[in-house]
Amino acid sequence: MSIEVRVPTVLRTHTDGEKRVTVEGATLAEAIDDLEARYPGLGDRLRDDEGNLARFVNVYVNDEDVRFLGGQQTELADGDQIAILPAVAGG
Amino acid sequence: MTRAEIHGRLDLDRDTWDEIVAHARSDFPFEVCGLLAGRDGQIEQIYRIPNAARSMTYYSMDPKAMLHAFNDMDDHDLDLIAIYHSHTHTEAFPSPTDVELATYPDAAYLICSLQHDEPHLRAFDIVDGRITERLVHLDGEPVADPAADPA
Repeated sequence: MSIEVRVPTVLRTHTDGEKRVTVEGATLAEAIDDLEARYPGLGDRLRDDEGNLARFVNVYVNDEDVRFLGGQQTELADGDQIAILPAVAGG
Repeated sequence: MTRAEIHGRLDLDRDTWDEIVAHARSDFPFEVCGLLAGRDGQIEQIYRIPNAARSMTYYSMDPKAMLHAFNDMDDHDLDLIAIYHSHTHTEAFPSPTDVELATYPDAAYLICSLQHDEPHLRAFDIVDGRITERLVHLDGEPVADPAADPA
């Protein structure tokens, strides 16, 4: 199960500058675990201290915000693409 | 006017300036937001991103529109240069919320204030909670503060 992850510029310090990396996982949670295993620190940026998806990071599967899919339980298929973007917000 | 230490500049051309001001006015009194992308500090593309919060005091970029903009930058080899948003009732200076939620240390945070009749744009770097200002230049000339006292 090969999943492509698009890594935003601001997080590429974790991937040696790579824009796209490949991970394995049948669910988003597994993919994030694998991302953390391969690129320490990167997976952790996607979760808060309780292990929930971080509030100010957007995670997408095939361009859909995972908050509108199944969150970390979102099932992944071979060839799916995950994108990550720190949220842009302010006052 | 609140001031911060000045470091560097942000260059805007007249079209970009006008587009940001037009966007800010288009949804007054709500805040609007968007992204500026280009190469070598030169802005080539403006992305208006819907404010999912549609608030007078808060903005939150619509996640899907934001993803499409970033994908477009990737596809065209454009870099994110600035993140802009409007302040409809306060000065063009980062609010505590702006500082708290700033997650793009490489981008300038451009704020368009509509507090006074004349729009005012100022740009900042916000890194680890620290604010420094980038002097906005319009067509190569530094922009004066329209609300400043006459010298």
